Amino acid sequence: MIEWTNANYLPWLIPVPPLIAFVLIVLVTNRSWWVTVFTALAASVLSWGLATAVFLRSAGLAFGPGLAGAAFGSSAPWLDLGQTQFMMGVMVDPLTTVMLFMVPLAILTIFIYSIGYISHDPRRERFLAYMSLFAGAMLTLVVADNLLLLFIGWEVMGFCSYSLIGFWYEKPSAYRAGVKAFMTTRVADVIMLLGVAYLFAEAGTLDFRTILLDPAFLEKLASTPALIFGGAISAAGLIGVFLVAGTIGKSAQFPLHVWLPDAMEGPTPVSAMIHAAAMVSAGVYMIIRMYPLLSAGAHPHEGVYNAPLLLMTYVGGFTALFAAVIAIAQNDIKRVLAYSTISQLGFMVGALGIGAYTAAAFHLIMHGIFKALLFMGSGAVIHAMEHGEHHAHEHGRHPHNTFAGDAPFDPQDMRNMGGLRQRIPVTFYTFVAGAMALAGFPIISAGFWSKDEIFSEAWHLGLGVLGGANTGYGPAIFLFIVLAVAAFLTALYTTRQVAMTFIGEPRTEAAAEAGLGGPSSMVSVLMQAPLIVLGVLALVLGFIGVHPDFPLLGGLFSAQGNPFHSFVGGTLVEHPPAIPFYWVPLLTSLVVALGGIFVGYWLYWRKPVPAGQADPIQVSLDRISPYLYTWMRNKFYLDELYDRALVKPSMWVSETLVSAILDQGIIDGILHAIARAASWLGELFKRFNRVMIDGVGDGIPMAIGAFGRWFRNIQTGNVQQYLMMAIIATLVIGLSVSALIVRVNTGVILLVLGVLVVIIIVLNLIGRAWGGMAE
Amino acid sequence: MENTGISLTTLTLFVPLIGMLVLLFIPRSQEHTIRWVSLATTVITFVMTLLMLAAFNSGDPDLQLVTYMSWIPQWGISYYVGVDGLSILLVLMTSFIMPSAILVSWKSIKERVKLYYAFMLLLQWAMIGVFVAQDLFLFYIFWEVTLIPMYFLIGIWGAENRVYAAVKFFLYTMAGSILMLLAILFLGNEGGTFAVPQLVEAVRNGTLQYAPGIEMLLFVGFAIAFAIKVPVWPLHSWLPDAHVQAPTAGSVILAGILLKMGTYGFVRFNLPLFPQASVEAAPVVALLAVIGILYGAWVSYAQDDAKKLVAYSSVSHLGFVMLGIFALTAAGIQGGILQMVNHGISTGALFILVGILYERRHTKALAAFGGIWKVLPVFGGLSLIFVLSSMGLPGLNGFVGEFTILLGAMGSDVLSFFFTFFATLGVIMAAIYLLYLFQKIFMGPVDKPENEALKDQPLTWQEYAALIPLLILVFWIGLQPAGWFAQMSASVSQLVAQIGPYVQLAAGG
Repeated sequence: MIEWTNANYLPWLIPVPPLIAFVLIVLVTNRSWWVTVFTALAASVLSWGLATAVFLRSAGLAFGPGLAGAAFGSSAPWLDLGQTQFMMGVMVDPLTTVMLFMVPLAILTIFIYSIGYISHDPRRERFLAYMSLFAGAMLTLVVADNLLLLFIGWEVMGFCSYSLIGFWYEKPSAYRAGVKAFMTTRVADVIMLLGVAYLFAEAGTLDFRTILLDPAFLEKLASTPALIFGGAISAAGLIGVFLVAGTIGKSAQFPLHVWLPDAMEGPTPVSAMIHAAAMVSAGVYMIIRMYPLLSAGAHPHEGVYNAPLLLMTYVGGFTALFAAVIAIAQNDIKRVLAYSTISQLGFMVGALGIGAYTAAAFHLIMHGIFKALLFMGSGAVIHAMEHGEHHAHEHGRHPHNTFAGDAPFDPQDMRNMGGLRQRIPVTFYTFVAGAMALAGFPIISAGFWSKDEIFSEAWHLGLGVLGGANTGYGPAIFLFIVLAVAAFLTALYTTRQVAMTFIGEPRTEAAAEAGLGGPSSMVSVLMQAPLIVLGVLALVLGFIGVHPDFPLLGGLFSAQGNPFHSFVGGTLVEHPPAIPFYWVPLLTSLVVALGGIFVGYWLYWRKPVPAGQADPIQVSLDRISPYLYTWMRNKFYLDELYDRALVKPSMWVSETLVSAILDQGIIDGILHAIARAASWLGELFKRFNRVMIDGVGDGIPMAIGAFGRWFRNIQTGNVQQYLMMAIIATLVIGLSVSALIVRVNTGVILLVLGVLVVIIIVLNLIGRAWGGMAE
Repeated sequence: MENTGISLTTLTLFVPLIGMLVLLFIPRSQEHTIRWVSLATTVITFVMTLLMLAAFNSGDPDLQLVTYMSWIPQWGISYYVGVDGLSILLVLMTSFIMPSAILVSWKSIKERVKLYYAFMLLLQWAMIGVFVAQDLFLFYIFWEVTLIPMYFLIGIWGAENRVYAAVKFFLYTMAGSILMLLAILFLGNEGGTFAVPQLVEAVRNGTLQYAPGIEMLLFVGFAIAFAIKVPVWPLHSWLPDAHVQAPTAGSVILAGILLKMGTYGFVRFNLPLFPQASVEAAPVVALLAVIGILYGAWVSYAQDDAKKLVAYSSVSHLGFVMLGIFALTAAGIQGGILQMVNHGISTGALFILVGILYERRHTKALAAFGGIWKVLPVFGGLSLIFVLSSMGLPGLNGFVGEFTILLGAMGSDVLSFFFTFFATLGVIMAAIYLLYLFQKIFMGPVDKPENEALKDQPLTWQEYAALIPLLILVFWIGLQPAGWFAQMSASVSQLVAQIGPYVQLAAGG
């Protein structure tokens, strides 16, 4: 019996409102925009309210004593697999709790923003329906208590991103981007599914608490050799690698990151959804959730790594740097953000790889907030630019989905912007708040604290323990260095972006005329109110994770220890150790952040680049080698490489090798060869029976003669009849052979043959009688 | 064995036959009445199968709702029908899909209407017969009878190359079943009866023991017949021709039900009657299944004809079913049976969708379409759901089956990890060709005036009525599969328990 007053059932309700909204919009309200808006908004408010209640309760802030380490939730049977019952359920533990703070808040702000953004699109109702499903799937994933339910939410999101990225499906680039996103992530998802199945085969369950809170089981799994690779890797290791592969796709890590920049084809709220609240966060959330399994058998704090951890460290670290390098050379405002997302996710994945559990979670939450802000800010910029362009050209009413391909003017190109600070000040100030967080601006930005924690952990695990005679800390050292460089580049491209967009003189007429319709316009309010909320959070939210020994602020915010660390650490059986305070990583993070910002300021802000002039970084890089910048611009030609190395060959295999040669040529060819052989055999029978008729003159040959005439009848030369002959011939041979082996008496065979012959004759006669059947 | 009274199974079985007889007395010109009588017959049959489900005790692994009547006692042949967990869902599915098949024929079949519907009902009788027959001889009769109406459905109401396709279909399947007949005769001879439960019992308690090598021969005899029907790679080449040439309803029935007779045959006969041989053959069959999964997907992607694409996708999907069955685990077999139902729903629906387009545009070439979503938004949305269901999106029916099959294959003692691995590649490829299909037809700009004109031809009520029930099941199975698994759980567990010792022996040695 379900007692709805019991808090254990509350998490079930969190994903429900958006899912109901999805169904309602699809079936009922889709003819009325305002009813649809109300439905979607009410659902997201309700989800947010429920989630916040659960958050406050779990965090011990209100409605109850807090989790104190124990998770709560409930489940119900879903599959009956004979020996095992498969349960579906929900749970809330500290990790879920912090997600329940970030995700519904981001969703709610994105919904409010969407209403302003999409209100002129002819398919706006459908848009909100998809967004609701997206939100519902993400919330399902967050509250899931088992890997399968998580995977369901994961895949439904994949579908939503497909349809939302390809939302303007008349435009080929849009649906291609949608398919690309779906396919790339699906490759990874299927590998992940393999891991899920493997885990189930080993554990007999996919329940998080049963698996992850059982050190004995994890230990056993880590000492079992995997099914493949001859014991070079443990079962836990292989499962872990499969799961991490899922994240590499979903969270757009190298080499499967290619879908994410293209996902910019979708409406901007979708980008915010994908990049901040859902999708990519889901990937990182999953590996944080599965960390006890991924790290089974490894002790990164003692320098012992295993395959999944190393994979995460190197992939994450490399991606962080690689994407940051590309971001510097992009001119599309959303693409810069897209690569920054890839890079920041690399920070998280890498951090988790070296065992910086809470640091990864911390950065995930902070990033969710400030990236949602940045994307919505860029959407407001694009909106303002389009507005300005219409103004400038006096085109009259433009539908919202004017395609980039139709118009030579690109409202997303930062080279067309400049000077927007005076035109859309609210967007400017909030965007700067987000940019500071992304760049890691010291003290008053959320990103500073979370990045600083990652640096500290990497330092602690790598160089900080050099005093001891330990080896095997290479991964942490590697990560510290690449992330430091990546953070420098991040600060640089972020400053470049702000400067190119907002500072200096407008480089085009559109930029000069840009605006959101004045402070009192509905669109302006709906699109900028969420920015303000998130802008404030992007500045101050980081204070929940200050190191206790940080000069001055530590005592102010973390008198009883780092609140975020101690709370989220409670997710694990063994609380992750709190690390001491170091000056070196703090100085590093100050130097790279301020250094990057300074270089960006020097190159782009101090003296804004006028229209038509080459990018200063391009100018300097071209002096070294003309290829450098071009390669960065073109994302190192990975898309082209994939196309030549994977897409084209597999199309050849499909169309030429398998379909034309194997299927049409060989398999059907053999069949037709049998038919021809049979017609030859029939000819032989005919001669043979002529001899028989001529030779003997009694009953049996007469019958055979009748047969022969019938055969002659059949010899009309068309393929079907040959085929029929073919089958009979093979049958006769087959039957005789099997009769010899199985020793069935000949009477039976004759009976069978008789039945066959009758059927065929009947068919033949009927077929002949029907003129309609002959061609 | 004592004769029993008439059971619900027998009553259900003969409803379509009675309907067909009624049709014969309706004048040929009364086409409308003929359609309604056919629809009513299939709906009544469906209601009857629901009654069967209500009377069915899912906790009991053995045969239920049995009718047994001695038929040719001196040869041990009887009229013996009943259902258990292995067949109840398939019976349900058969009667569930038939009304949709009738409805999609409503407007599209204009010639020889009476004959057409008579064949449809005859076909339904035979198909239900296949799933409920518990006597090998009776099974064989139903098995062969299904061929004849299908042969004519393709041959008379099919597309331009129909005769070739019909003959190919007929002879190919016929050729396969001859060896099965031989095996049946031998088995009946050895066991002294043709009654399947008795034979299985005899195998289980050791009273029926095969001479060395014979078990494998018998296994192969059955397996070839079933493999052609499924179709298992490389015996599939009749399938695309038959599908493409058949009228829409023919394709729906072919994909939805007829193919399942093959996979069902493996579960019903091969596994329990030849457990040792099943274990030995499992890697080979599974290998063919995995090849089929990948091969079907590859060839699907290369098609430029929508119907052919869907037809080849069946080769891929049925490969999954075969893999699940020959994992020889409870999860695998249950997943396999559920996936039979799922494939019937999803692929049946896809054929209906292609048929709807063909009705309006008289072409199935992918290149002829584009942007249809914009012209027919509801149709586009429906299609998207079925496409997603077919590619196994979680939350919809296809995923549940695929996932359980993967669980089963992964936990299997007779199959190595690589079977599962390559099968999962098929999941990726399914997404490729299905999204390709959807994109080609529904996305992009509306650049042809013929497509623009589709605006004036929205879906008819018959078409909606054919699709909506399938849609409901897509979500039902996808979201709440517990009830579906519960029906077969007991019977499958019993089957797996029977094979278990042989599997252990093989795995241990």
